[in-house]
Amino acid sequence: MTLSISELEEFARKCRVEIVKMVYRAQAGHPGGSLSEIDLISALYATRMRVRPNQPKWDDRDRFILSKGHASPGMYAVLAEMGFISHEDLHSYRVLGGKCQGHVDMKWCPGVDFSAGSLGMGLSFGLGCAVAARLDNSERRTFVMLGDGELQEGSVWEAAMAAAHHEVGNLKVILDRNRIQNDDFCEVQMRMFDIPAKWRSFGWEVKEIDGHNMEEVMSGLDFLESTNDKPSILIAHTIKGAGVSFMEDNPSFHGAAPNDEQFAQAMAELGEVIA
Amino acid sequence: MSEMAATRDGYGQALLEIADNPKVVVMEADLGKSTKSLHFRKKYPTRTISCGIGEQNMLLAGAGLAASGYIPFASTFAIFTERAFEQMRNGVARPNLAVHLCGSHGGTHTGTDGSSAQSIEDLAIYRTLPNVVVMHPSDYVSTLELTKQLPGLDKPSYMRTARNKTPVMYRGRESEIIIGKGITLCQGTDVAIIACGVLVSESMKAAEQLADKGINATVVDMHTLKPLDGDLINSLVAQCGAIVTAEDHNVIGGLGGAVAEHLVSNHYAPLEMVGVADRFGESGQSDEMLEVMKINSKYIEQAAHRAIARKS
Ligand SMILES: Cc1ncc(C[n+]2csc(CCOP(=O)(O)OP(=O)(O)O)c2C)c(N)n1
Ligand SMILES: [Mg+2]
Repeated sequence: MTLSISELEEFARKCRVEIVKMVYRAQAGHPGGSLSEIDLISALYATRMRVRPNQPKWDDRDRFILSKGHASPGMYAVLAEMGFISHEDLHSYRVLGGKCQGHVDMKWCPGVDFSAGSLGMGLSFGLGCAVAARLDNSERRTFVMLGDGELQEGSVWEAAMAAAHHEVGNLKVILDRNRIQNDDFCEVQMRMFDIPAKWRSFGWEVKEIDGHNMEEVMSGLDFLESTNDKPSILIAHTIKGAGVSFMEDNPSFHGAAPNDEQFAQAMAELGEVIA
Repeated sequence: MSEMAATRDGYGQALLEIADNPKVVVMEADLGKSTKSLHFRKKYPTRTISCGIGEQNMLLAGAGLAASGYIPFASTFAIFTERAFEQMRNGVARPNLAVHLCGSHGGTHTGTDGSSAQSIEDLAIYRTLPNVVVMHPSDYVSTLELTKQLPGLDKPSYMRTARNKTPVMYRGRESEIIIGKGITLCQGTDVAIIACGVLVSESMKAAEQLADKGINATVVDMHTLKPLDGDLINSLVAQCGAIVTAEDHNVIGGLGGAVAEHLVSNHYAPLEMVGVADRFGESGQSDEMLEVMKINSKYIEQAAHRAIARKS
């Protein structure tokens, strides 16, 4: 797909509306990390991912691994926008029997390639997918979305080391650097010091962008697509809760739903007219 | 039984009540708001060690603290304690270091987070570790009381707490709550229901339903799975001759497994196990999950009928 910057921005805006609606209807879930990642996943799916929504299990599809699987509303909104699932399916978020389970799950939802929910697992899984593609002589790529709090899991670094060792250049990470985790700011919970330097020292190609500036997001994705001799990571500086003023940079909205009044305000801010 | 409270809040309150002991330290893995250690953290920041999202590190740092004379209370979701299972095995249980691990949000009752968050195997795995005391209290008061006994326990422990509120049952009965001793909640001679955690109140409901049909059930809250109160089970066998176990946990290896192991090597009685039928959960409300998993009072009652029918 080729979409203009303004079309991508509109794609992401629609997804933001769906994210807030999902969490509001369920009165549970994770809006903050969904809103911070959404510009990145929107651009990735709309312009880069080689996938077939009507054939979600197509062998040579690119893989997208949402390792921070609690930010599932963001992924569901994009999958609906892409046509993997319907907008009606979004009503099944956190509902018994629904495709849209609390955390993205490959057994439940078409277009989902990883059963997430436990942090620190997606990069290793993605490494396996990427190695398999190489063994298959397939052109498919594996994109993994990590949270910044998630980087505190030691297993992330086991995978990072192995990916560089095996020169797995078809493995591409996007880091949602929103500076907040569950209980508080990362700076309070566990300081991580120089994150780009850490990845470089592990043998990765690193680029930093503003994860809400669509032009920068597109050049960041260009960087990931053109780096093929080494694993690469796009560190996207984002704002948790981006697009909804009272959620922005607010640890309370990591895993909390808006009330009626807040919902109305969010819809207004996102330019959505509620009948 | 109208007062409702979450067992995880009992844990949080207990940490405050044992804080007078200067050796008590609290360890968190970015879920203190959820496991309720956050109150301790606010009041005693220097005795609270944030481990970030790093459960494995938390358990082993806890072992080091315990080996240095401290009494660490580490908590995260039940499911994420399992990430550090081998650390618990080799680093904590093997040297018998008194690290106290609390896993909140256990069981399918935890709800809409879905299968990745619903631990159905924690009680089983920790029960297999030598030296480790395993508990799953049913209400706020018993969680509070059991946790307060842990600083005096010279061994590691695992306690599962629940996310959602359950009836408060033990106000005024605090002295009956002792690690390793099951509590008899009602007496009957037809069948004994042994339950833990959120299914204790479901078992009480089942006993009422059975009473309506003229069947008298004993209900026991087996808050400690290990060491198991074998004397009590022996007396239940003698008194009732048929046993039902009930737990929001896989039927393999948990309370049902523990009771079965005891029965086959002591006094035999027919046993019906109510628990998760060796499958993963999904997103759903707590009450919906107990129905989907077939573990609410209705299914406990049915199991009681089956157990009674098997008496010889
Ligand atoms: C292994 C593990 N430990 C703890 C949790 C609980 N948890 C869910 S989200 C979260 C914070 C995640 O923060 P981050 O990775 O920064 O995600 P984001 O800010 O993008 O939402 C935590 C601790 C988990 N899901 N998995
Ligand atoms: Mg974050």
